Amino acid sequence: MRLKLEKRPEPSIAMQVLTPILSVVATMFIGMIVFDLLGIDGFRAVVDIFLTPLLASYKWQDVAVKAAPLIIIALGLSVGNRAQVWNIGAEGQYIIGALCAAGVGIAFGPVGGFFVVLLMILAGMLGGGAWAAVPAVLRTRFNVNEILSSLMLTYVAAQVLSYLVGGPWKDPNGRNFPATAPLQPDQTLPILVPGTTIHLGVLIALVLPFVFWLVMSRAVFGYQVRVVGSSPQAARHGGFDSRRTIMSTLIIGGAMAGLAGALELTGALKAINLGFPSGYGFSAIIVSFLGRLNPIGCLIAGIVLAVTYVGGQVAQTTVHIPNATAGIFQAMMLFMILASDILIRYRVRLVASAKPQTVAGE
Amino acid sequence: MTLDLIIAALMTVVGLTTPILLAGLGELVTEKSGVLNLGVEGMMLMGAISGFAVTVFTFNPWLGVLGAAFGGAASSMLFAVLVLQLNSNQVATGLALTIFGTGLSSLIGLSFVGRIVPPFSSIFPAALSRHPVWQVIFGYSPIVYFALIMVPITAWFLHRTRAGLILRAVGENDHSAHSIGYSVVGVRYAAIAFGGAMAGIGGAYFSMVITPMWAEKMTAGRGWIALALVVFAGWRTGRLLAGAYFFGILMALELYAKAAGFSFMPSQFWAAMPYLMTVAALTIISARGTQGANAPACLGKPFLPST
Repeated sequence: MRLKLEKRPEPSIAMQVLTPILSVVATMFIGMIVFDLLGIDGFRAVVDIFLTPLLASYKWQDVAVKAAPLIIIALGLSVGNRAQVWNIGAEGQYIIGALCAAGVGIAFGPVGGFFVVLLMILAGMLGGGAWAAVPAVLRTRFNVNEILSSLMLTYVAAQVLSYLVGGPWKDPNGRNFPATAPLQPDQTLPILVPGTTIHLGVLIALVLPFVFWLVMSRAVFGYQVRVVGSSPQAARHGGFDSRRTIMSTLIIGGAMAGLAGALELTGALKAINLGFPSGYGFSAIIVSFLGRLNPIGCLIAGIVLAVTYVGGQVAQTTVHIPNATAGIFQAMMLFMILASDILIRYRVRLVASAKPQTVAGE
Repeated sequence: MTLDLIIAALMTVVGLTTPILLAGLGELVTEKSGVLNLGVEGMMLMGAISGFAVTVFTFNPWLGVLGAAFGGAASSMLFAVLVLQLNSNQVATGLALTIFGTGLSSLIGLSFVGRIVPPFSSIFPAALSRHPVWQVIFGYSPIVYFALIMVPITAWFLHRTRAGLILRAVGENDHSAHSIGYSVVGVRYAAIAFGGAMAGIGGAYFSMVITPMWAEKMTAGRGWIALALVVFAGWRTGRLLAGAYFFGILMALELYAKAAGFSFMPSQFWAAMPYLMTVAALTIISARGTQGANAPACLGKPFLPST
């Protein structure tokens, strides 16, 4: 008996929806076993990481605030990934977006209000888009691999941040600590639910998936992206300019990451310090795949990842697992989802066979 | 500048070059077989902690290097099963390996923070390895010489042996290689494992030689520079060696510029320099378009035999 893969006539929609759910469940089980092997109470750890944030209502606001940037960045990245464009520098675009927003805020000094905040957010989108335009131009003009260039620019962005918050933008009243001064109260986003930390950015993260869904499924642009991704040759024949698609998908990814950075600054953190880059840009790549590059999927997957972030902090205090554990769970989910991709296009069947499956050397 | 300073600078360059040279050689072989593994950074970190842990327990750095190679190769198998057996997307899977390796190495490393390991004893007599001048040639850890020896060995393997020819055939045209009876998947497993082992040893150079201590994320993006190095080198071993030293010099300049307090530019400028220069170097190489001829034709594409 051996397993045989049979190509399905049509990609399975049921599997598209089922596999992400199964991936999360499988990750929970494997995590439980691994933790027990490491001498940590695995059941307790998994419950705290995956369920406590959902069951304890006082954790909901943390989940919402953490999910917002993940969803927004993942939406932008999904567009690129659909066109087989790999922007893995969203973290850098997020940083530059936040810095641009902070720069506008500082330029306005004590002046605040609706238009200033709007300008700050637009500056964030522009900054993130511009940072992503560098790998976009390098890719379309000089054929430079965007994976490497976008990632290298993330390290550069971190140095720009370090320079600005430790130098020209350092808070003069901040005890020489490298951080910007807190934003003026009227340069920040309004709080939506009184008494919580849920800010306007959370609402934006809830609405944007539907906007992206409309554009990707109803507009020509969405079609163009999918054609360029699945068959560049067909795209050329169809008169689609794949270079323009590559350019625009990268810049959209950057603008969304920049937006997330600006919203995080004006809505959640109110100041930038060296700890501002928190890896949202990398986790959003996982969100985008866990959400199957679908805008609504990204919304749900963003919440799942946010739960593991918040739950990871819970488990840090209850079962004393290290900070890095949430990252392991997130990577495991990504492995699972990638491994289960094959179930969409193939079905697995048990067939009798005389010859055992060839075992690969090494 | 005195002779002492020049020697110290040269030795810094060699030290900084070694990890990216090792990881770059491994990735070059993996890519020659048609597989793009973006998990180099994760495999380096897994190698760094594995090598460190083995050395802590055995007090033997040689076993530590073996452990590092094993740790890197073992983590690469996770990637290999997914992309070879399940045809998953190579870019995303490699990325997952980097995220996973970063997290798992931090978790394992918790109990090793603050420990130190015995250093390698030199393979040359102290009269040479401690000599104020000749230490520039004889004064390194054995890993450095291993990396240098692996350059001609890899070149010889790829271009002068039958196994190397098969590996390149699999990377150039997987379907043809398959139809004349070579195991595409088997060759790729071996190439990925080699890439993982070399990245692991490269990572161990950080935890066992440079610091020698464990700190999470201690490879600081060098895995990505190794990936850029392979493109920069146009998939050629000789150019990989030259490129590795070019990047090594850049990173040494950063250290010296910071130490010398070049105040006309902030220190962050020098820290960002290797990354900016990587982008610049990739642009120059890619714009010339000459490296395309040497890029394996099947790089990054899944292999689906029609039978």
